Amino acid sequence: MSAEEAGGDADDTPSRAELAARVEELEESLAAIEDDGGKKMSIIATKGTLDMAYPPLILASTAAAFGYDVTVFHTFWGLDVLHEEHSKSLQMSSVGNPNTPVPNAIAALPGMDRLTTRMMEGRIEDNDTATIEELLETSLEMGVEFQACQMTIDLMDYDEDDFFDGVTTGVGAATAVQDMAEADIQLLI
Amino acid sequence: MLLPPNTILGDEVKTMTEYEITETLDVKGENCPMPVVKTKQAVDDLDGDEVLEVLATDPGSMSDLGGWADSTPGVELLEQEEGEDVFKHYVRVAE
Repeated sequence: MSAEEAGGDADDTPSRAELAARVEELEESLAAIEDDGGKKMSIIATKGTLDMAYPPLILASTAAAFGYDVTVFHTFWGLDVLHEEHSKSLQMSSVGNPNTPVPNAIAALPGMDRLTTRMMEGRIEDNDTATIEELLETSLEMGVEFQACQMTIDLMDYDEDDFFDGVTTGVGAATAVQDMAEADIQLLI
Repeated sequence: MLLPPNTILGDEVKTMTEYEITETLDVKGENCPMPVVKTKQAVDDLDGDEVLEVLATDPGSMSDLGGWADSTPGVELLEQEEGEDVFKHYVRVAE
């Protein structure tokens, strides 16, 4: 091959050197994309009843297994799930939930929430469903970041030490919005 | 026939010995999301080309582990077996 051919024609055919440079450039930008390619999931967890504590934790641990970088921002009653004491005694009510076997008028009587909760706990145990504590621990092990909303910590009069080790405090809505903006999946539960 | 014995079974024998199981993860009795989550944790402890056997009783593990393996880079679902009581899954870690 002559030097002229290797250098390309005078018209718009790119030279070998130009092509090599272009390939190198594209490989660099591809590497940059792949470096930044970690998938992200952002969940806002607002509920603190025994039944509603599950979906954020199940999705968070599963997404972590899929290799997602997961953040769960707990706010309002969702804080109780991260609260070391309260998370052991999450309650559930039949009031407002017509799918439970207890009619609303009866469910509103004193002590009925405890009965509904016990019923649910029994089912969880019979079905070998993971406990909230187990799901939290597993998720933490897998690198899920649990955040406790600072404004609601103050609102509920909780202390930063009330939460499980590994829970991030001192974060607010702006952190959550930034997280959601960067995430591939955003959920409000 | 002059064919050596085992010729006909050859293929079958081969698929069964094509890979060697490195570790077995027993998640019998555990339910969603634990089979997938624990599989991921076990796979992270393996080296390239090693094979994890997962024993589960959760019928949802058939679909869940398949979906997980499909969208997780670096793992390959070699086989899933539906036994009478146990669902067996074989996951290979990419080299």
